[in-house]
Amino acid sequence: MSTDAAALEGIHHRAESGEEILRVEGLVKHFPIRAGVFKRTVGHIHAVDGVDLSVKAGETLGLVGESGCGKTTLSRTVIKLIEPTAGRIVFNGRDITRFTRRQMREVRREMQIVFQDPYASLNPRMTVRDIVGEPLRIHGAYRGEQGRQRVEELLRTVGLSPEHANRFPHEFSGGQRQRIGVARALALNPQLIILDEPVSALDVSIRAQVVNLLESLQRDFGLTYIFVAHDLSVVRHVSDRVAVMYLGKVVEIGTKHDIYERPSHPYTQALLSAVPIEEPAQRGKRSRIVLEGDVPSPANPPSGCRFRTRCWKAQQICAEEEPALVDRGQGHPTACHFAEIVKPLDAVSSVAS
Amino acid sequence: MSEVGSTPQPTETPGLVGGAVAPPGGLVESTVEAGLEVKVRSQWDYARRRFLRHRLAMIGLVGLVVIFGAGAFAGYVAPYSYAEIDLNNILHGPTTVGHHFFGTDAIGRDYFSRVVYGIRTSEEVGVVVAVVSSLFGLVVGAVSGYYGGWIDNILMRLTDLVLTLPVLAILLVAAALLGQGSQWRVTFILAAFFWTSIARVVRGVFLSLREKEYVEAAKAAGSGDLRIMFRHILPNTLGPIIVNGTLAVASAILTEAALSFLGFGIKPPTPSLGVLVAEAQTNPQQWWLTVFPGLVIVLIGLCINFVGDGLRDALDPTQRRVRA
Ligand SMILES: Nc1ncnc2c1ncn2[C@@H]1O[C@H](COP(=O)(O)OP(=O)(O)O)[C@@H](O)[C@H]1O
Ligand code: SF4
Ligand SMILES: [Mg+2]
Repeated sequence: MSTDAAALEGIHHRAESGEEILRVEGLVKHFPIRAGVFKRTVGHIHAVDGVDLSVKAGETLGLVGESGCGKTTLSRTVIKLIEPTAGRIVFNGRDITRFTRRQMREVRREMQIVFQDPYASLNPRMTVRDIVGEPLRIHGAYRGEQGRQRVEELLRTVGLSPEHANRFPHEFSGGQRQRIGVARALALNPQLIILDEPVSALDVSIRAQVVNLLESLQRDFGLTYIFVAHDLSVVRHVSDRVAVMYLGKVVEIGTKHDIYERPSHPYTQALLSAVPIEEPAQRGKRSRIVLEGDVPSPANPPSGCRFRTRCWKAQQICAEEEPALVDRGQGHPTACHFAEIVKPLDAVSSVAS
Repeated sequence: MSEVGSTPQPTETPGLVGGAVAPPGGLVESTVEAGLEVKVRSQWDYARRRFLRHRLAMIGLVGLVVIFGAGAFAGYVAPYSYAEIDLNNILHGPTTVGHHFFGTDAIGRDYFSRVVYGIRTSEEVGVVVAVVSSLFGLVVGAVSGYYGGWIDNILMRLTDLVLTLPVLAILLVAAALLGQGSQWRVTFILAAFFWTSIARVVRGVFLSLREKEYVEAAKAAGSGDLRIMFRHILPNTLGPIIVNGTLAVASAILTEAALSFLGFGIKPPTPSLGVLVAEAQTNPQQWWLTVFPGLVIVLIGLCINFVGDGLRDALDPTQRRVRA
């Protein structure tokens, strides 16, 4: 117990805005591929392959990449729902990489997750009261009338009504269900919430509402977000900084301005070209960069730069040497040997040439 | 925050069962929708209502209540004790005289009383076998499915082994070696063979549900394994367990009857339905000695299977709609 206490010291410290709350160093998650009668390991899926991130209290870090690039695996590994293969996770100044499940219980009060699928993430047999109250019960914070009131308060906080507490998930729309998921994540009053594509499964017409809710919650409770999305349009409004992932690696990271106005990695530029243009006057001035081919298998990623099989700028060196994620003169880290800033609206000419 | 509690929710597909529309956040819902009274019910409510609507299941249930009720209250229902001998009145056919409704046997015992007490024995065997084997199968299946890996491997090998054994043949050998036994010995020997099917069903449910996102959510909140098993997964196994357990009552009664009939079951004078049919073989002319216990066995088997079918339909999670 005493070693526990020592290891956990400072975990509940409320990080000052701007202070580093989470740091991930060289994080790797490989899933074994088993085959045959004896379930021999015949290879590994390189779902997350060496990710470094730092998140400051109070900010929103957008995490963007195509489906299958490892965003969910990274999210779940960071909060240790999945054990990392290698690397380090530091939360609130504590190295939690080797924390036992029991030690993690305390940490979980400070870091929560909202899942992508609002249907699968709520137990269909439990009432909303039991779902939202579960974290409280697990941590012994659901005491009779007080617990009920806390659940009702949480429901009001996410824009539902306390009368909804006795209902079952199937009685709600997708947007309402995601609010229930948010209420559950808020129950323990955490500092960091990982939002794993919180609106991707929702009807386009209600995405903005849920995003607005998340933003107002962030202001009200001083939350830190990692906001995962599979395209750059959703995170544009919410993020302070954005990390772009491709096949288990971060290929470019920077402030919102860096990524949207000064993208230097071809993959970021391709993703950006798919974002709908908001100003009508500029529509039609830009054509999409359509990436050729499929994402390579994460079981057998390309040598050198992983993006080279789809990159229109690829050279010999791209296959031989892996580009490091460093600042190459454009003011923010990018993992491309031939990084050059291409403003989104210029994308047409550069590709056409 | 414009949308919280003030503006109605946008028109996403309404997700309410029974045709009601999800109410806007913050508004008290109206319970009358398109002339239909809509109330929020749990899945168990729907299941109960579907079951009560299942005609064969209701017939089976009534039959079971009558037969098992007679057995359970044998002391009140039977006019005589099952062992009371009246040598002046042997092998008498069914009559209302002296309340010998099913006649008397070779040593003048009232056969109706013996059948009623026989029901009690068989019913005890059946129910205890079902309960014990369901519990055991539940534990094996839950551990196997939840933890997977080598634990699962070992437990499932064991299950497969028991499942492939020729039950009756083994029981016969065991009984031949051990001789006829007490009711409890027979019960536990049967239970030792009956847990396998429920173990497999439960394992399947645990195996598939442990990957569910809501289980991940519970883990993310810091939940331990026991809470996840009991709170999140176990409720989903209750349907199959109830159906399986019900049917197990019938199979256990039939297997016990077969064992007793072959002379390796429960030791007389305790009557079980199988024992009665077996004893009747010495007096083949007296039809009532075979027909009454035999008929009761058949009726129990039928009724339980009707009820089991009804439960299976009622607990089918793919069905949810029942109109009031
Ligand atoms: N539990 C797992 N076992 C094996 N492979 C997995 C597992 N979870 C994810 N993967 C694989 O890892 C890769 C990354 O998946 P994921 O993290 O879900 O990506 P994303 O969230 O970006 O869509 C995919 O190729 C996926 O098939
Ligand atoms: S390193 Fe080469 S292949 Fe990779 S993105 Fe840059 S140019 Fe393309
Ligand atoms: Mg994902």
